Amino acid sequence: MPQIICENASLGYEGRPIVKDLNFTVNAGDYLCILGENGSGKSTLMKTILNLTPPLAGSIRMEGLKPTEIGYLPQQTQVQRDFPASVQEIVRSGFQGRCGLRPFYTREEKALADRNLERIGMEGFAKRSYRELSGGQQQRVLLARALCATQKCLLLDEPVSGLDPKATAQMYEIISGLHREGITVIMISHDLSAALDDATHVLHIGERIFFGTREEYLHSGVGFQPRKED
Amino acid sequence: MLNTLLTYLSYPFVRYALIVGVLIALCSSLLGVTLVLKRFSFIGDGLSHVAFGAMAIAAVLNMTNRMLIVLPITVVCAVLLLRTGQNSKIKGDAAIAMISVGALAFGYLLMSMFSTSANLSGDVCGALFGSTSILTLTKTEVWLCLILSAAVLLLFTLFYHRIFDVTFDENFSRAAGTHVEAANLMIAVITAVIIVLAMNLVGSLLISALIIFPALSAMRIFRSFLSVTLCAAVVSVTCAFLGIIISILAGTPVGSTVVAVDVAAFALCALIGDMRYKI
Ligand SMILES: Nc1ncnc2c1ncn2[C@@H]1O[C@H](COP(=O)(O)OP(=O)(O)OP(=O)(O)O)[C@@H](O)[C@H]1O
Ligand SMILES: [Mg+2]
Repeated sequence: MPQIICENASLGYEGRPIVKDLNFTVNAGDYLCILGENGSGKSTLMKTILNLTPPLAGSIRMEGLKPTEIGYLPQQTQVQRDFPASVQEIVRSGFQGRCGLRPFYTREEKALADRNLERIGMEGFAKRSYRELSGGQQQRVLLARALCATQKCLLLDEPVSGLDPKATAQMYEIISGLHREGITVIMISHDLSAALDDATHVLHIGERIFFGTREEYLHSGVGFQPRKED
Repeated sequence: MLNTLLTYLSYPFVRYALIVGVLIALCSSLLGVTLVLKRFSFIGDGLSHVAFGAMAIAAVLNMTNRMLIVLPITVVCAVLLLRTGQNSKIKGDAAIAMISVGALAFGYLLMSMFSTSANLSGDVCGALFGSTSILTLTKTEVWLCLILSAAVLLLFTLFYHRIFDVTFDENFSRAAGTHVEAANLMIAVITAVIIVLAMNLVGSLLISALIIFPALSAMRIFRSFLSVTLCAAVVSVTCAFLGIIISILAGTPVGSTVVAVDVAAFALCALIGDMRYKI
Protein backbone atom coordinates (compact mmCIF):
# COMPACT_ATOMS: atom_id res chain seq x y z
CA MET A 1 0.00 0.00 0.00
CA PRO A 2 1.66 3.26 -1.10
CA GLN A 3 2.04 5.84 1.68
CA ILE A 4 4.17 8.54 0.05
CA ILE A 5 4.16 9.09 -3.71
CA CYS A 6 6.58 11.44 -5.39
CA GLU A 7 5.89 12.25 -9.04
CA ASN A 8 8.23 14.28 -11.26
CA ALA A 9 9.08 16.50 -8.34
CA SER A 10 11.67 19.25 -8.60
CA LEU A 11 13.03 20.42 -5.28
CA GLY A 12 14.82 23.60 -4.42
CA TYR A 13 14.56 27.04 -2.95
CA GLU A 14 13.25 30.26 -4.49
CA GLY A 15 12.85 28.84 -7.97
CA ARG A 16 16.37 27.39 -8.14
CA PRO A 17 16.10 23.61 -8.48
CA ILE A 18 18.53 21.34 -6.64
CA VAL A 19 16.97 18.00 -7.57
CA LYS A 20 14.95 17.47 -10.76
CA ASP A 21 12.48 14.83 -11.91
CA LEU A 22 12.33 12.81 -8.77
CA ASN A 23 10.06 9.75 -8.81
CA PHE A 24 9.65 7.23 -6.05
CA THR A 25 7.02 5.52 -3.95
CA VAL A 26 7.21 4.49 -0.33
CA ASN A 27 4.93 1.69 0.75
CA ALA A 28 3.72 1.13 4.27
CA GLY A 29 6.32 -0.87 6.15
CA ASP A 30 9.24 0.03 3.86
CA TYR A 31 12.66 1.08 5.14
CA LEU A 32 13.99 3.62 2.68
CA CYS A 33 17.55 4.83 2.93
CA ILE A 34 18.33 8.14 1.22
CA LEU A 35 21.94 8.55 0.11
CA GLY A 36 23.81 11.37 -1.56
CA GLU A 37 26.68 13.77 -1.11
CA ASN A 38 26.65 16.86 1.09
CA GLY A 39 24.41 19.47 -0.46
CA SER A 40 22.73 17.06 -2.87
CA GLY A 41 19.32 17.92 -1.46
CA LYS A 42 18.52 15.11 0.95
CA SER A 43 17.33 17.34 3.76
CA THR A 44 15.47 19.44 1.23
CA LEU A 45 13.61 16.32 0.10
CA MET A 46 12.62 15.58 3.67
CA LYS A 47 11.43 19.13 4.24
CA THR A 48 9.39 18.92 1.06
CA ILE A 49 7.77 15.68 2.20
CA LEU A 50 6.91 17.45 5.47
CA ASN A 51 5.47 20.44 3.62
CA LEU A 52 8.03 22.79 5.13
CA THR A 53 9.15 23.86 1.65
CA PRO A 54 6.92 23.52 -1.42
CA PRO A 55 8.10 21.49 -4.45
CA LEU A 56 9.05 23.67 -7.44
CA ALA A 57 7.24 21.31 -9.79
CA GLY A 58 5.52 17.96 -9.66
CA SER A 59 4.03 16.65 -6.47
CA ILE A 60 4.69 14.69 -3.32
CA ARG A 61 1.52 13.35 -1.81
CA MET A 62 0.58 11.08 1.02
CA GLU A 63 -2.08 8.40 1.12
CA GLY A 64 -3.67 7.28 4.35
CA LEU A 65 -1.16 9.40 6.21
CA LYS A 66 -1.87 12.82 7.62
CA PRO A 67 1.00 15.33 7.84
CA THR A 68 0.55 15.31 11.61
CA GLU A 69 1.08 11.54 11.67
CA ILE A 70 4.74 11.69 10.70
CA GLY A 71 7.50 11.55 13.27
CA TYR A 72 10.43 13.80 12.32
CA LEU A 73 13.96 13.79 13.61
CA PRO A 74 15.64 16.93 12.22
CA GLN A 75 19.28 16.93 11.10
CA GLN A 76 20.22 19.64 13.53
CA THR A 77 18.23 20.59 16.53
CA GLN A 78 19.58 23.93 17.58
CA VAL A 79 18.78 23.71 21.23
CA GLN A 80 20.54 26.29 23.28
CA ARG A 81 22.97 24.80 25.72
CA ASP A 82 21.23 26.41 28.66
CA PHE A 83 17.69 25.35 27.79
CA PRO A 84 15.97 24.01 30.90
CA ALA A 85 13.84 21.03 29.85
CA SER A 86 13.39 17.55 31.25
CA VAL A 87 13.47 14.48 29.02
CA GLN A 88 9.80 13.90 29.80
CA GLU A 89 8.76 17.38 28.69
CA ILE A 90 10.57 16.97 25.39
CA VAL A 91 9.24 13.50 24.63
CA ARG A 92 5.68 14.58 25.37
CA SER A 93 6.00 17.56 23.07
CA GLY A 94 5.89 15.01 20.23
CA PHE A 95 2.12 14.91 20.73
CA GLN A 96 1.62 18.57 19.86
CA GLY A 97 0.56 17.86 16.28
CA ARG A 98 -2.43 15.82 17.30
CA CYS A 99 -3.42 18.01 20.25
CA GLY A 100 -5.09 20.64 18.12
CA LEU A 101 -6.50 23.19 20.51
CA ARG A 102 -6.60 20.87 23.49
CA PRO A 103 -4.36 22.53 26.08
CA PHE A 104 -3.17 19.48 28.02
CA TYR A 105 -1.91 15.97 27.32
CA THR A 106 -4.21 13.06 28.12
CA ARG A 107 -3.35 10.24 30.48
CA GLU A 108 -3.01 7.84 27.52
CA GLU A 109 -0.55 10.18 25.85
CA LYS A 110 1.54 10.43 28.99
CA ALA A 111 1.62 6.65 29.30
CA LEU A 112 2.55 6.31 25.63
CA ALA A 113 5.39 8.80 26.10
CA ASP A 114 6.76 6.65 28.93
CA ARG A 115 6.45 3.54 26.75
CA ASN A 116 8.34 5.23 23.93
CA LEU A 117 11.16 6.02 26.33
CA GLU A 118 11.30 2.32 27.14
CA ARG A 119 11.33 1.39 23.46
CA ILE A 120 14.53 3.34 22.95
CA GLY A 121 16.08 2.12 26.17
CA MET A 122 15.90 5.39 28.08
CA GLU A 123 13.47 4.46 30.85
CA GLY A 124 14.58 5.99 34.09
CA PHE A 125 15.73 9.15 32.35
CA ALA A 126 12.29 10.83 32.32
CA LYS A 127 13.10 13.38 35.00
CA ARG A 128 16.66 14.02 33.88
CA SER A 129 17.70 17.31 32.39
CA TYR A 130 18.06 17.11 28.60
CA ARG A 131 21.11 19.29 28.40
CA GLU A 132 23.02 17.12 30.83
CA LEU A 133 22.72 14.04 28.60
CA SER A 134 25.37 12.86 26.17
CA GLY A 135 24.92 13.51 22.45
CA GLY A 136 23.82 9.94 21.81
CA GLN A 137 21.31 10.02 24.64
CA GLN A 138 19.94 13.34 23.39
CA GLN A 139 19.52 11.87 19.92
CA ARG A 140 17.58 8.96 21.39
CA VAL A 141 15.32 11.31 23.32
CA LEU A 142 14.53 13.14 20.07
CA LEU A 143 13.77 9.78 18.47
CA ALA A 144 11.32 9.05 21.29
CA ARG A 145 9.71 12.43 20.60
CA ALA A 146 9.37 11.52 16.93
CA LEU A 147 7.80 8.22 18.00
CA CYS A 148 5.18 10.10 20.02
CA ALA A 149 4.21 11.96 16.88
CA THR A 150 3.57 8.79 14.90
CA GLN A 151 2.54 5.16 14.89
CA LYS A 152 3.08 4.89 11.16
CA CYS A 153 5.99 6.71 9.62
CA LEU A 154 9.36 8.07 10.79
CA LEU A 155 11.49 10.57 8.89
CA LEU A 156 15.04 10.55 10.23
CA ASP A 157 17.59 13.06 8.97
CA GLU A 158 21.04 11.66 9.76
CA PRO A 159 20.07 10.15 13.10
CA VAL A 160 23.60 8.96 13.84
CA SER A 161 25.58 12.09 13.06
CA GLY A 162 27.96 12.78 15.89
CA LEU A 163 27.55 9.40 17.55
CA ASP A 164 30.42 7.05 18.33
CA PRO A 165 30.51 3.59 16.66
CA LYS A 166 28.87 1.88 19.60
CA ALA A 167 26.06 4.44 19.92
CA THR A 168 25.65 4.34 16.13
CA ALA A 169 25.20 0.59 16.16
CA GLN A 170 22.69 0.90 18.99
CA MET A 171 20.78 3.59 17.12
CA TYR A 172 20.54 1.43 13.97
CA GLU A 173 19.45 -1.48 16.12
CA ILE A 174 16.67 0.63 17.67
CA ILE A 175 15.55 1.89 14.27
CA SER A 176 15.41 -1.52 12.66
CA GLY A 177 13.52 -2.76 15.71
CA LEU A 178 10.92 -0.06 15.10
CA HIS A 179 10.81 -1.06 11.44
CA ARG A 180 10.15 -4.67 12.43
CA GLU A 181 7.25 -3.39 14.56
CA GLY A 182 5.70 -2.21 11.28
CA ILE A 183 6.66 1.48 11.16
CA THR A 184 7.67 2.94 7.80
CA VAL A 185 11.18 4.37 8.09
CA ILE A 186 12.74 6.94 5.78
CA MET A 187 16.29 7.67 6.82
CA ILE A 188 19.06 9.87 5.48
CA SER A 189 22.50 8.47 6.08
CA HIS A 190 26.09 8.71 4.93
CA ASP A 191 27.00 5.49 6.61
CA LEU A 192 26.47 3.26 3.62
CA SER A 193 27.29 -0.26 4.72
CA ALA A 194 25.57 -0.09 8.08
CA ALA A 195 22.47 1.55 6.67
CA LEU A 196 22.25 -0.95 3.82
CA ASP A 197 22.22 -3.88 6.22
CA ASP A 198 18.73 -2.91 7.30
CA ALA A 199 17.14 -0.89 4.48
CA THR A 200 14.69 -2.43 2.03
CA HIS A 201 14.89 0.40 -0.51
CA VAL A 202 17.47 2.96 -1.56
CA LEU A 203 17.08 6.43 -3.03
CA HIS A 204 20.33 7.95 -4.23
CA ILE A 205 20.18 11.60 -5.24
CA GLY A 206 22.88 13.62 -6.94
CA GLU A 207 24.22 13.65 -10.51
CA ARG A 208 22.47 10.36 -11.14
CA ILE A 209 19.24 9.58 -9.41
CA PHE A 210 18.59 6.03 -8.42
CA PHE A 211 15.56 4.50 -6.80
CA GLY A 212 15.03 0.80 -6.23
CA THR A 213 15.34 -2.01 -3.78
CA ARG A 214 18.50 -2.64 -1.85
CA GLU A 215 19.49 -5.55 -4.10
CA GLU A 216 19.01 -3.49 -7.24
CA TYR A 217 21.15 -0.75 -5.75
CA LEU A 218 23.98 -3.06 -4.88
CA HIS A 219 24.19 -4.22 -8.51
CA SER A 220 23.62 -0.85 -10.13
CA GLY A 221 26.99 0.72 -9.51
CA VAL A 222 25.52 4.09 -8.57
CA GLY A 223 27.42 6.14 -6.08
CA PHE A 224 30.18 4.79 -3.89
CA GLN A 225 30.21 1.03 -3.69
CA PRO A 226 29.94 -0.58 -0.29
CA ARG A 227 31.96 -3.63 0.58
CA LYS A 228 31.16 -6.24 -2.10
CA GLU A 229 28.86 -9.00 -1.02
CA ASP A 230 29.58 -12.20 -2.89
CA MET B 1 7.73 49.37 61.77
CA LEU B 2 5.00 46.77 61.59
CA ASN B 3 2.56 49.40 62.78
CA THR B 4 3.60 51.85 60.10
CA LEU B 5 3.19 49.07 57.57
CA LEU B 6 -0.31 48.26 58.81
CA THR B 7 -1.26 51.91 58.70
CA TYR B 8 -0.05 52.13 55.14
CA LEU B 9 -1.90 48.96 54.21
CA SER B 10 -5.15 50.51 55.40
CA TYR B 11 -4.88 53.04 52.58
CA PRO B 12 -6.58 51.81 49.42
CA PHE B 13 -3.87 53.28 47.15
CA VAL B 14 -1.22 51.13 48.82
CA ARG B 15 -3.36 48.03 48.41
CA TYR B 16 -3.97 48.88 44.77
CA ALA B 17 -0.26 49.33 44.20
CA LEU B 18 0.48 45.96 45.77
CA ILE B 19 -2.19 44.15 43.75
CA VAL B 20 -1.14 45.72 40.47
CA GLY B 21 2.57 45.30 41.17
CA VAL B 22 2.24 41.62 42.04
CA LEU B 23 0.09 40.91 38.98
CA ILE B 24 2.50 42.65 36.64
CA ALA B 25 5.44 40.81 38.18
CA LEU B 26 3.62 37.51 37.75
CA CYS B 27 2.78 38.06 34.08
CA SER B 28 6.19 39.38 33.12
CA SER B 29 8.03 36.51 34.77
CA LEU B 30 5.89 33.86 33.05
CA LEU B 31 6.61 35.29 29.62
CA GLY B 32 10.17 36.11 30.63
CA VAL B 33 11.28 32.48 30.55
CA THR B 34 10.18 32.13 26.93
CA LEU B 35 11.56 35.49 25.89
CA VAL B 36 14.97 34.75 27.36
CA LEU B 37 15.14 31.27 25.82
CA LYS B 38 13.90 32.36 22.41
CA ARG B 39 16.45 35.18 22.45
CA PHE B 40 13.51 37.55 22.19
CA SER B 41 14.62 39.74 25.09
CA PHE B 42 15.55 42.39 22.52
CA ILE B 43 11.88 42.71 21.59
CA GLY B 44 11.06 43.52 25.19
CA ASP B 45 13.76 46.14 25.25
CA GLY B 46 12.74 47.73 21.94
CA LEU B 47 9.09 47.74 22.91
CA SER B 48 9.68 49.49 26.17
CA HIS B 49 11.18 52.42 24.28
CA VAL B 50 8.27 52.43 21.88
CA ALA B 51 5.92 52.50 24.85
CA PHE B 52 7.79 55.57 26.11
CA GLY B 53 7.29 57.32 22.77
CA ALA B 54 3.61 56.43 22.81
CA MET B 55 3.35 57.73 26.35
CA ALA B 56 4.79 61.03 25.20
CA ILE B 57 2.17 61.30 22.47
CA ALA B 58 -0.56 60.57 25.00
CA ALA B 59 0.85 63.19 27.35
CA VAL B 60 0.95 65.81 24.62
CA LEU B 61 -2.61 65.02 23.58
CA ASN B 62 -3.55 65.38 27.23
CA MET B 63 -5.45 62.12 27.19
CA THR B 64 -7.06 61.15 30.45
CA ASN B 65 -6.68 57.44 29.81
CA ARG B 66 -3.23 57.06 28.32
CA MET B 67 -3.55 53.28 27.98
CA LEU B 68 -5.96 53.79 25.11
CA ILE B 69 -3.21 55.08 22.89
CA VAL B 70 -0.13 53.44 24.41
CA LEU B 71 -1.49 49.90 24.19
CA PRO B 72 -2.42 49.85 20.47
CA ILE B 73 0.81 51.55 19.37
CA THR B 74 2.94 49.13 21.37
CA VAL B 75 1.06 46.08 20.10
CA VAL B 76 1.44 47.20 16.48
CA CYS B 77 5.16 47.77 17.01
CA ALA B 78 5.49 44.35 18.62
CA VAL B 79 4.18 42.79 15.44
CA LEU B 80 6.48 44.93 13.29
CA LEU B 81 9.54 44.16 15.41
CA LEU B 82 8.82 40.46 15.26
CA ARG B 83 8.60 40.62 11.47
CA THR B 84 11.88 42.47 11.05
CA GLY B 85 13.57 40.35 13.69
CA GLN B 86 12.70 37.16 11.81
CA ASN B 87 13.48 38.45 8.36
CA SER B 88 17.07 37.43 7.96
CA LYS B 89 17.53 39.62 4.88
CA ILE B 90 17.22 42.83 6.83
CA LYS B 91 19.60 43.23 9.69
CA GLY B 92 17.10 42.52 12.44
CA ASP B 93 18.95 43.95 15.40
CA ALA B 94 19.81 47.16 13.59
CA ALA B 95 16.16 47.74 12.69
CA ILE B 96 15.17 47.21 16.29
CA ALA B 97 17.84 49.54 17.58
CA MET B 98 16.62 52.15 15.11
CA ILE B 99 12.99 51.87 16.15
CA SER B 100 13.71 51.87 19.86
CA VAL B 101 16.20 54.71 19.95
CA GLY B 102 14.09 56.67 17.48
CA ALA B 103 11.03 56.28 19.67
CA LEU B 104 12.99 57.43 22.69
CA ALA B 105 14.29 60.57 21.00
CA PHE B 106 10.97 61.33 19.36
CA GLY B 107 9.16 60.92 22.67
CA TYR B 108 11.44 63.30 24.52
CA LEU B 109 11.28 65.81 21.68
CA LEU B 110 7.49 65.78 21.72
CA MET B 111 7.35 66.19 25.45
CA SER B 112 9.80 69.08 25.55
CA MET B 113 8.09 70.90 22.67
CA PHE B 114 4.45 70.56 23.59
CA SER B 115 4.29 69.64 27.22
CA THR B 116 2.20 72.00 29.31
CA SER B 117 3.54 70.53 32.50
CA ALA B 118 5.75 72.71 34.67
CA ASN B 119 7.88 69.77 35.70
CA LEU B 120 9.14 68.38 32.41
CA SER B 121 12.24 66.58 33.61
CA GLY B 122 10.20 65.06 36.42
CA ASP B 123 7.70 63.71 33.88
CA VAL B 124 10.40 62.28 31.66
CA CYS B 125 12.23 60.76 34.56
CA GLY B 126 8.97 59.24 35.76
CA ALA B 127 8.23 57.66 32.40
CA LEU B 128 11.74 56.27 32.12
CA PHE B 129 12.35 55.03 35.63
CA GLY B 130 8.84 54.55 36.94
CA SER B 131 7.02 57.28 38.68
CA THR B 132 4.97 57.38 41.80
CA SER B 133 2.04 56.80 39.48
CA ILE B 134 1.76 53.28 40.83
CA LEU B 135 0.70 54.93 44.08
CA THR B 136 -1.88 57.11 42.38
CA LEU B 137 -3.72 54.45 40.44
CA THR B 138 -7.41 55.02 39.87
CA LYS B 139 -9.95 52.27 40.26
CA THR B 140 -10.37 52.05 36.47
CA GLU B 141 -6.66 51.50 35.99
CA VAL B 142 -6.64 48.79 38.62
CA TRP B 143 -9.54 47.05 36.87
CA LEU B 144 -7.91 47.36 33.48
CA CYS B 145 -4.78 45.83 34.90
CA LEU B 146 -6.75 43.02 36.53
CA ILE B 147 -8.52 42.17 33.30
CA LEU B 148 -5.41 42.28 31.16
CA SER B 149 -3.41 40.15 33.60
CA ALA B 150 -6.24 37.64 33.80
CA ALA B 151 -6.22 37.43 30.00
CA VAL B 152 -2.44 36.94 29.95
CA LEU B 153 -2.62 34.23 32.62
CA LEU B 154 -5.43 32.45 30.82
CA LEU B 155 -3.66 32.49 27.46
CA PHE B 156 -0.45 31.33 29.06
CA THR B 157 -2.09 28.32 30.75
CA LEU B 158 -4.09 27.34 27.69
CA PHE B 159 -1.09 27.55 25.39
CA TYR B 160 1.56 26.46 27.88
CA HIS B 161 2.55 23.34 25.93
CA ARG B 162 2.52 25.18 22.62
CA ILE B 163 4.74 27.88 24.06
CA PHE B 164 7.14 25.21 25.29
CA ASP B 165 7.14 23.50 21.90
CA VAL B 166 7.90 26.55 19.80
CA THR B 167 10.47 27.70 22.33
CA PHE B 168 12.27 24.38 22.36
CA ASP B 169 12.29 23.47 18.68
CA GLU B 170 10.56 25.59 16.05
CA ASN B 171 11.41 23.26 13.18
CA PHE B 172 9.85 20.25 14.79
CA SER B 173 6.75 22.25 15.70
CA ARG B 174 6.39 23.41 12.14
CA ALA B 175 6.73 19.83 10.86
CA ALA B 176 4.10 18.72 13.36
CA GLY B 177 1.67 21.25 11.92
CA THR B 178 1.84 23.90 14.62
CA HIS B 179 1.34 27.44 13.40
CA VAL B 180 4.67 28.71 14.63
CA GLU B 181 4.13 32.20 13.22
CA ALA B 182 0.80 32.48 15.04
CA ALA B 183 2.42 31.35 18.27
CA ASN B 184 5.26 33.86 17.90
CA LEU B 185 2.74 36.58 17.16
CA MET B 186 0.81 35.71 20.29
CA ILE B 187 3.99 35.84 22.35
CA ALA B 188 4.88 39.25 20.91
CA VAL B 189 1.42 40.69 21.53
CA ILE B 190 1.32 39.41 25.11
CA THR B 191 4.76 40.90 25.63
CA ALA B 192 3.49 44.25 24.41
CA VAL B 193 0.55 44.13 26.82
CA ILE B 194 2.82 43.26 29.73
CA ILE B 195 5.23 46.04 28.88
CA VAL B 196 2.48 48.62 28.79
CA LEU B 197 1.24 47.38 32.15
CA ALA B 198 4.74 47.33 33.59
CA MET B 199 5.41 50.94 32.58
CA ASN B 200 3.29 51.97 35.54
CA LEU B 201 5.37 49.95 37.91
CA VAL B 202 8.99 50.33 36.92
CA GLY B 203 9.09 52.72 33.98
CA SER B 204 10.27 51.91 30.50
CA LEU B 205 14.01 51.64 31.05
CA LEU B 206 13.67 49.09 33.80
CA ILE B 207 11.02 46.81 32.27
CA SER B 208 13.57 44.45 30.77
CA ALA B 209 14.87 43.79 34.25
CA LEU B 210 11.43 42.70 35.38
CA ILE B 211 11.17 40.31 32.45
CA ILE B 212 14.68 38.91 32.45
CA PHE B 213 15.87 38.66 36.06
CA PRO B 214 13.29 36.22 37.47
CA ALA B 215 13.80 33.86 34.51
CA LEU B 216 17.58 33.96 34.84
CA SER B 217 17.34 33.46 38.59
CA ALA B 218 15.12 30.41 38.18
CA MET B 219 17.37 28.95 35.49
CA ARG B 220 20.27 28.97 37.91
CA ILE B 221 18.48 26.56 40.22
CA PHE B 222 16.08 24.43 38.18
CA ARG B 223 16.50 22.22 35.15
CA SER B 224 13.01 21.64 33.73
CA PHE B 225 10.80 24.11 31.92
CA LEU B 226 7.87 23.76 34.30
CA SER B 227 9.93 24.19 37.46
CA VAL B 228 11.79 27.16 35.95
CA THR B 229 8.49 28.82 35.01
CA LEU B 230 6.99 28.27 38.46
CA CYS B 231 10.13 29.37 40.26
CA ALA B 232 10.40 32.51 38.13
CA ALA B 233 6.81 33.38 39.01
CA VAL B 234 7.42 32.90 42.74
CA VAL B 235 10.68 34.86 42.70
CA SER B 236 9.17 37.69 40.71
CA VAL B 237 6.03 38.02 42.85
CA THR B 238 8.05 37.93 46.07
CA CYS B 239 10.50 40.54 44.79
CA ALA B 240 7.72 42.87 43.62
CA PHE B 241 5.93 42.57 46.95
CA LEU B 242 9.05 43.16 49.01
CA GLY B 243 10.21 45.93 46.70
CA ILE B 244 6.97 47.88 46.97
CA ILE B 245 6.82 47.49 50.75
CA ILE B 246 10.46 48.57 51.15
CA SER B 247 9.97 51.55 48.89
CA ILE B 248 6.96 52.70 50.87
CA LEU B 249 8.71 52.30 54.21
CA ALA B 250 12.03 53.77 53.08
CA GLY B 251 10.61 56.34 50.71
CA THR B 252 12.70 55.10 47.76
CA PRO B 253 11.48 55.09 44.13
CA VAL B 254 9.25 52.06 43.56
CA GLY B 255 10.65 50.86 40.25
CA SER B 256 14.31 50.86 41.09
CA THR B 257 13.66 49.31 44.49
CA VAL B 258 11.79 46.41 42.90
CA VAL B 259 14.56 45.90 40.38
CA ALA B 260 17.21 46.10 43.10
CA VAL B 261 15.41 43.34 45.02
CA ASP B 262 15.30 41.31 41.77
CA VAL B 263 19.04 41.70 41.38
CA ALA B 264 19.58 40.58 44.97
CA ALA B 265 17.35 37.57 44.33
CA PHE B 266 19.41 36.69 41.28
CA ALA B 267 22.61 36.77 43.32
CA LEU B 268 20.99 34.54 45.93
CA CYS B 269 19.74 32.07 43.29
CA ALA B 270 23.14 31.96 41.61
CA LEU B 271 24.66 31.10 44.97
CA ILE B 272 22.08 28.38 45.67
CA GLY B 273 22.56 26.99 42.17
CA ASP B 274 26.33 26.81 42.58
CA MET B 275 26.08 25.07 45.91
CA ARG B 276 23.46 22.63 44.65
CA TYR B 277 25.64 21.42 41.80
CA LYS B 278 28.80 21.24 43.84
CA ILE B 279 27.35 18.86 46.39
N1 LIG C 1 16.79 27.49 3.30
C1 LIG C 1 17.54 27.40 2.15
N2 LIG C 1 17.49 28.40 1.23
C2 LIG C 1 18.22 28.31 0.09
N3 LIG C 1 19.05 27.29 -0.22
C3 LIG C 1 19.16 26.28 0.67
C4 LIG C 1 18.41 26.28 1.90
N4 LIG C 1 18.72 25.16 2.59
C5 LIG C 1 19.61 24.49 1.83
N5 LIG C 1 19.88 25.15 0.69
C6 LIG C 1 20.78 24.69 -0.39
O1 LIG C 1 20.22 23.53 -0.97
C7 LIG C 1 21.23 22.57 -1.22
C8 LIG C 1 20.84 21.23 -0.63
O2 LIG C 1 20.79 21.35 0.78
P1 LIG C 1 20.38 20.14 1.72
O3 LIG C 1 20.37 20.63 3.12
O4 LIG C 1 19.13 19.53 1.21
O5 LIG C 1 21.60 19.13 1.51
P2 LIG C 1 21.84 17.71 2.14
O6 LIG C 1 21.80 16.72 1.03
O7 LIG C 1 20.92 17.46 3.27
O8 LIG C 1 23.33 17.84 2.65
P3 LIG C 1 24.02 17.26 3.99
O9 LIG C 1 24.53 15.90 3.66
O10 LIG C 1 25.15 18.20 4.23
O11 LIG C 1 23.02 17.28 5.07
C9 LIG C 1 22.54 23.14 -0.70
O12 LIG C 1 23.29 23.56 -1.80
C10 LIG C 1 22.13 24.29 0.15
O13 LIG C 1 23.06 25.35 -0.01
MG1 LIG D 1 21.06 17.30 5.31
